[in-house]
Amino acid sequence: MAKTITNYFEELRGTRVWRSVFRSGTGSSTLHRALAVQQNVFLHLFSTKVRTRMLSFSTTWYLGTLTFGTFLILVATGIPLMFYYHPSVPQAYADTKDLQFVVSSGLFLRNLHRWSAHAMVFLVFAHLFKVFYRGAYRPPREFNWVIGVILLLITLLLSYTGYLLPWDQLAFWAITVGSNIASAVPVMGNKVHFLMLGGNVVNANALLRFYVLHCMILPLVAILFVAVHFWRIRKDGGLYAHQSEPGRVAAEPVPAAAKGAQ
Amino acid sequence: MSEEKKNTPAEGGSGLGSQPGNEFDRRAFFVKLGLGSLSIAAAGTAAFSYQFLSPNVLYEPSPIVNAGKPENYAVDSVTMDVNAGIYLIHAQEGFFALSAVCTHLGCLTAWKPELGIIACPCHGSKFTRYGVKIEGPAPRPLPWLQTSISDEGDLMVDRSITIRPMQFVRV
Repeated sequence: MAKTITNYFEELRGTRVWRSVFRSGTGSSTLHRALAVQQNVFLHLFSTKVRTRMLSFSTTWYLGTLTFGTFLILVATGIPLMFYYHPSVPQAYADTKDLQFVVSSGLFLRNLHRWSAHAMVFLVFAHLFKVFYRGAYRPPREFNWVIGVILLLITLLLSYTGYLLPWDQLAFWAITVGSNIASAVPVMGNKVHFLMLGGNVVNANALLRFYVLHCMILPLVAILFVAVHFWRIRKDGGLYAHQSEPGRVAAEPVPAAAKGAQ
Repeated sequence: MSEEKKNTPAEGGSGLGSQPGNEFDRRAFFVKLGLGSLSIAAAGTAAFSYQFLSPNVLYEPSPIVNAGKPENYAVDSVTMDVNAGIYLIHAQEGFFALSAVCTHLGCLTAWKPELGIIACPCHGSKFTRYGVKIEGPAPRPLPWLQTSISDEGDLMVDRSITIRPMQFVRV
């Protein structure tokens, strides 16, 4: 049975349509496999070859991949939620309630969106700590660490802007407090507060601004930086491997005999 | 600017310039012109964006609140208007209005009649009924708001004007 499916798949890969889409050819040689990665618009960000050890769970705990996974869930659940949600003061709270109690699968989508959001913040921090304690931030990966910090901030901003959208008491006061913290910035604090809310209090303008930031601007910026983050893994020589790093050898303690010879 | 470049020999020039240095000068000039124009355009875009994002008209509630007739407020009473975010207080000395917005991070405080204090639910700041801070984290006392009697005899509170404490309105 498995043989038959493989044969069908091989046949499919030989068709003219398939070959017009995937131009790396039908072979299964190392070259063809490398080309399949290298010539794919999404996969070409990654290395064509990866050490098997790097794919083991213990190396990374898959924290980066899991974070990206939650991001994909958030996009996939967030877009359907937008079909029922109006970012306006009279409707926002009622729409949130409708999503919970009236819309088919609305409760599921909203809960999945919310839990994934919590999970993403947790995973981003876990990823950061794992990278830090493995020492994987060190050269030549320091720039990717910086990209990672930017992605952490974008994640927190996505979380913060999404918090206002249900337009309940918790949302309103959390954003009131949060935006007042922003006005503590020296000199330009009040201007930042005013621009952020589009007014002096959390109101219709603030709701709309947070909605646009949450659904358009921040996700697009996140996707941009995620692409750079992935691409940099390849450019920095793949995932960090503890034993094979050149810096590791130099860091070995000098033997006592060598010290005495000095 | 262009004088510094005069000494630099033109490299790969097309030979159209009358002097060897001219071709390079022209290119440097256009590069500077282009970068300068882009800088001006970028500054203009920044200014445009800032102005665009700052609303010129705000559809926010009026700062002036009509608190009704003074007779509605018993002596030694603290009455909160939740929508306006103010306290109307009738003390022995007279009427006054306090902002109910906590000076810490902008939460709405609440009057606790059993304790006789104003307390903030967010981070636990406490104030007396005169707005004086009892304990933090609020950095300042609750501001006193300008209160007056309208021609119709109603108490009017202007939330946009704060006054020095202990200025009572007597009816």
